[in-house]
Amino acid sequence: MSRHSSAGIAAVAFLATAALAGCTSTAPSGGAPGAAGGPIAVKANDSACEVGTVEAPAGKITFSVQNTGTKVTEFYLYATGDRIMGEVENIGPGLTRQLIVEVPDGGAYTTACKPGMVGDGIRAPFTVTGTAARSVDSNTKLAEATAGYKRFVSSQVEALVPKTQEFVDAVKKGDVAGAKALFPIARTYWERIEPVAESFGDIDPKIDGREDDERDPGVQFTGYHRLEKDLWVSGLQPDSNAIADQLMVDIKDLATRTAAVELTPVQLANGAKELLDEVATGKITGEEDRYSHTDLWDFEANVQGSQAAVAALRPVIDEKDPALGPTLDTRFKAVDDLLASYRTGDGFKLYTELTAADTKKMTEVVDALGEPVSQVAGVVTS
Amino acid sequence: MTPPTGPTRLTRRGFLGTAGAGVALAGVGAAAAACSTDGTGDTPVGIVPFRGEKQAGIVTPAQDRLHFVALDLTTTDRAQVKGLLQKWTAAADRMTVGAETAPGGAVNLNPEAPPADTGEALGLPAASLTLTFGLGPSFFDKLGLGAQRPPGLAELPAFTGDQIDPALSGGDICIQACADDPQVAVHAVRNLVRMGFGTTSVRWSQLGFGRTSSTSTAQATPRNLFGFKDGTNNVKAEDPAGLDEHVWVRPGDAPAWLVGGSYLVARRIRMHIEIWDRTSLAEQELIVGRSKGIGAPIGGEAEFDLADFAAKGADGEPLIGPVAHIRLASAQALGGVKILRRGYNFVDGSDGQGHLNAGLFFIAFMRDPHTQFVPMQRALANADTMMEYIEHTGSAVFACPPGLRDGQYWGQAALES
Repeated sequence: MSRHSSAGIAAVAFLATAALAGCTSTAPSGGAPGAAGGPIAVKANDSACEVGTVEAPAGKITFSVQNTGTKVTEFYLYATGDRIMGEVENIGPGLTRQLIVEVPDGGAYTTACKPGMVGDGIRAPFTVTGTAARSVDSNTKLAEATAGYKRFVSSQVEALVPKTQEFVDAVKKGDVAGAKALFPIARTYWERIEPVAESFGDIDPKIDGREDDERDPGVQFTGYHRLEKDLWVSGLQPDSNAIADQLMVDIKDLATRTAAVELTPVQLANGAKELLDEVATGKITGEEDRYSHTDLWDFEANVQGSQAAVAALRPVIDEKDPALGPTLDTRFKAVDDLLASYRTGDGFKLYTELTAADTKKMTEVVDALGEPVSQVAGVVTS
Repeated sequence: MTPPTGPTRLTRRGFLGTAGAGVALAGVGAAAAACSTDGTGDTPVGIVPFRGEKQAGIVTPAQDRLHFVALDLTTTDRAQVKGLLQKWTAAADRMTVGAETAPGGAVNLNPEAPPADTGEALGLPAASLTLTFGLGPSFFDKLGLGAQRPPGLAELPAFTGDQIDPALSGGDICIQACADDPQVAVHAVRNLVRMGFGTTSVRWSQLGFGRTSSTSTAQATPRNLFGFKDGTNNVKAEDPAGLDEHVWVRPGDAPAWLVGGSYLVARRIRMHIEIWDRTSLAEQELIVGRSKGIGAPIGGEAEFDLADFAAKGADGEPLIGPVAHIRLASAQALGGVKILRRGYNFVDGSDGQGHLNAGLFFIAFMRDPHTQFVPMQRALANADTMMEYIEHTGSAVFACPPGLRDGQYWGQAALES
């Protein structure tokens, strides 16, 4: 949650109109077949990502991703600049899920499995041949950008709901250690799409408010951070279960509302910038997760959310300012590389383990990234 | 308030309206040409030419306000650094004539994009803004230009009593912004810093609210926060022989790109002013060696009287004590060494202990820090009673190239040598 702007953006920023159009990343098993020869089988385990074929014709491509490992995994198809063509999240061990992705243009793409949902994942080149028939002007590209980002939001929400449910269940069982482990992971999906959530002015304070936020009389401190305080500081309270149940209600409310959200390219661009603002003001300062000190999980998620929004706009950026895309690639990579140096296992160092020199380095790479990201809105409207 | 309608363009005051400069300023290149007349003739009041034989901001009559910034390179890519230096130079060309960093940059470009100029100088004149550029030792190391690193950039030794904070010291690049208006100086630094993100990051920065030196005989000598006139015997703009002797780097002193330039030594000097203020007037004057009122050397009548270091009082003791500040820092005591001081008073809020975080941000220009600043500071650090009231908390040395001709960018000669 932004400290200063949650209600200000309000729902006007995102007109709730049409329902989610096009394919989703999580069609039920046995869904639409691939364009040629049925779904492409992907076998994902903790150390490998075997994609059945490395080439497919342009058009609708279906992957069937089976997790044979022990960690929860994700599967992505990326275009240049890590533009997400499609992804499926939160594939538990033993599960198979499908990804149907519309790829209109031939070219070089990348597949990736992310066991443990961390890092760049296990990547491999993937070639798309030919071109699906259609005409692409700037407006079409912009429409595809917003549609692509909606798919991203949708995929995050689809993971946010069950992960938060696991977290809530752990709290209600009194499983403090389990709940603590799930807290930063569930929040990852939230932090990736935070500007969208903030656009619903009333929902963000309930889910992501801080203890010292000013509230109307009778309105309680609820949401992730209330449970964070219980788990790390005060111990579970008599009303912790009720708070956990309320969080689940609010998350499901968010899921329902995001399904109908309609975004403009400028909102995507501004969302990408706002996520980096969040990093600068909430994460590098240790403000956000002041009890658990898991700020770097949120940091990474914010950056990933920003990158997803920028990547969705990438074809338009490349058309209007060819120098900007490569700069963004370099700067996003610098942030990723720095964050990777603070990784321990599947997680990160705690904020309290960071020195002033560490946070200065983080500020430098986020400043370096924030400037070109702040140019995106102007470029896509030029 | 009625919102502006139609094609109204907000500009910085005095920019489009300035006769002579106004027409030329439609394009930056032309603006530079109009302003490179070396301070004579047509230059409008309040505009100090950015280009010329020497960099502005050294012998330029010291303006009252300072914002100084030291930056570190965050890349080792020479082409990327060159691109930034070119952008900086173009913006400096514009800001030093009172223009925005880009035409219409504050409010007249795409409303969906962040403004190219941050806007706080809209409506303000050029305010004698000078932007002086220097390179620190690590600049050359990072870019693989070791052969171009001038010898004077060798590290300064530690001095007795130093409390140097690395976070307030050093840097790959410095930009000294001086102006009549603090907002103009801050605007300049802020916009240059912003352009640098991804190529440079701020290492430290210092505001100065009042000059402590005169660099021209046309200026009255200002006072430092001890309440004394400072830099009475400074090297001044009207003394070209003195400048050549003490300030400008000569052929043979350094790599060719620095010849005609100068070294800048910066020292952040914290003053314990609360303690000083409990010191008797007589003691204060003994420590400095001058009267506090008119600033005359003890035994003299007027500020610019030559100090008579041999004069003795009725008791047979020297009138100007053996460890008086002006004796220790004098050319006579240092074998003829002089420097061009261009420092500023600062108060950086308070120190959390109930005292003002105040002092003097010492800036001086010279031909060679190691034969000028070092012996002077060593003499002061080892003997000056004033050291009981001050401590040096930051330190840096930069090499400032000579001025830019039309078409050249900051650091070009060093980078392309």
